[in-house]
Amino acid sequence: MDSLLAILVGGLFAFAIYMILRRCIIKLIIGLSLLAHACNLLIFTIATTVRGKAPLIPEGEKAITNVADPLPQALVLTAIVIGFGVTAFTIVLIRQVYQTVGTSDSNKLTSSDT
Amino acid sequence: MSKVLLVAPILFPLLTGLLALAAWKYRRLQEIIALSGAFIFLLLAGLLFRQVMHHGIIHMQAGDWDAPFGITVVADTFSAVMVLITALMAVGIAVYSLSSMKYDGPARTDAMLSQRRQFAFYPLINIMYMGVCGAFLTGDLFNMYVWFEVMLMSSFILLSMDGKKKQLEGAFKYVTINLVSSAFFLIGIGLLYGITGTLNMADLAVKVSAIENQALVTLIAMFFLVCFGIKAAVFPLFFWLPASYHTPPISIAAIFAAMLTKVGVYSLVRIFSLIFIQDIGYTHTIILWIAAFTMFIGVIGAASHYDMRRILSVHIVSQIGYLILGLAFFTPLALAGVLYYMVHIIMVKGNLFLVAGLVKRIGGTYQIKKTGGLLNHNALLAVLFLISALALAGIPPLSGFWAKFIVLKAGVMEGQYLFVVVALVVSLLTLYSMMKIWNEAFWKKDPGIIHDDKKTPGLFSRQNRYMTLPVLGMTVIILIMGLFPEPFFQVAQTAAEELMDPSYYINTVLGGTTP
Repeated sequence: MDSLLAILVGGLFAFAIYMILRRCIIKLIIGLSLLAHACNLLIFTIATTVRGKAPLIPEGEKAITNVADPLPQALVLTAIVIGFGVTAFTIVLIRQVYQTVGTSDSNKLTSSDT
Repeated sequence: MSKVLLVAPILFPLLTGLLALAAWKYRRLQEIIALSGAFIFLLLAGLLFRQVMHHGIIHMQAGDWDAPFGITVVADTFSAVMVLITALMAVGIAVYSLSSMKYDGPARTDAMLSQRRQFAFYPLINIMYMGVCGAFLTGDLFNMYVWFEVMLMSSFILLSMDGKKKQLEGAFKYVTINLVSSAFFLIGIGLLYGITGTLNMADLAVKVSAIENQALVTLIAMFFLVCFGIKAAVFPLFFWLPASYHTPPISIAAIFAAMLTKVGVYSLVRIFSLIFIQDIGYTHTIILWIAAFTMFIGVIGAASHYDMRRILSVHIVSQIGYLILGLAFFTPLALAGVLYYMVHIIMVKGNLFLVAGLVKRIGGTYQIKKTGGLLNHNALLAVLFLISALALAGIPPLSGFWAKFIVLKAGVMEGQYLFVVVALVVSLLTLYSMMKIWNEAFWKKDPGIIHDDKKTPGLFSRQNRYMTLPVLGMTVIILIMGLFPEPFFQVAQTAAEELMDPSYYINTVLGGTTP
């Protein structure tokens, strides 16, 4: 399971970088959100995945082993929420950029460079 | 009491921002809220600074969860100084904006534009201060990520607020690169948690040194270097900065230029003096070379521009190089120099942007080729610019001289002569580009842009007086920093000693009882 997820994370990173490097700004947004998902999945994978066991310590015992670490899942949850907000903003931004500049080709967005 | 003081610089700007948002229809009320909010923010930051100077490092565990488990808020001298300087800038910007956000440029009566500004500016800039102070005061890596996002989100909107073509394009680049940088941050956090099982920075400092596979630690350190390097705009990751920082209204550009990249530098200094100090020979050599290139490329880039805001923006990159250079030398003296330099550059760079706003008002344009004769027309403005420009270049006895002197002295003591020479050459080139602005905008004859005195309002006219006041105040502070560097340097030394010997920080956060 872990190695499968690791391959998936790697694939997502590769695809995200490919999309970010495209010239079309819409594809760039897709790339960015995929990048965020890849990061989230990476943190999720690092926490080890164990099926069907809740990380609750039974009464009378001090610690339990062989469960998934719940903390990274909480981190991922936070990161997903932040990523959602940021993606929403970026979509509005590229719509504004498209309306104002009139192109979706990022190579032509040069008026602030020179 | 100290617990309240510790979170006050984070929570108070939020309150100001919310109140300003609620009052968005009433311009006068909003301005009063923003102004009084900024002054109380400064007071709170000053109290925190005093507390830290008297009692050493103070910390708080959120929700009373003990150190490695809960989120720690912690202030050492370095953080306290950074919070204080943020608050000082906040006051300056709040006063400045009273004039500059209102009358920016000719024929700016666009109703929608002014409505947008009114709706967004004061609320968001305060939320941004919250993010900045949060990043300075947090003792937890993931929490730092969250504060970074708070800061970035508001800066995205501030940057694209007016909705003009240039601003949108600049914001687009800024947003993209910052999202990539945040992804690097998250990857670093994830991997670090994977090998240590903790995110508390003090706890990490202990656990990272106990790890056998130090190559993995160095790899993770590189993730953080790239992430904070993008935010701090170091070579070769700085291209977003010249593309975006010159586009927003001048008071937003000033606060961005003064504070935001410095948050990246702060994080670099924090991480590379607390957590990743096992393999200094490797990581800090990389930082050293990055610093040299950053300094040089930044100043060369500035030489090619003729827009005052662009010259100043590209110069930020060069100054970041000096800061990173001090970190790379990694001696107590060098880190003290970094802190002194940081305070100096925030004041000077912020002030130069504010002066640029005044030049635009009086001289009519940011393009220094097209304006001129400001020395004859307005000698006070010329003097104000000259003080800050010479301080930036490092002419004694102004603050820049002491800042560079300390960093370079540390370099000489370390035997890094090559980098000292690079820094000195860059210093000369800085003087060159400042003199370029001086010659073109102030010294040269007026090409006919500035009309007679009756038409152009002066520095203390009704339209401009609130822009002049903070410039005067900050120039006085810069002069004081230059003429009486001793107390500032002592604070910097205390901070550097705390950074170089992290055991005090670690023990306070992990073992200490809450005061």
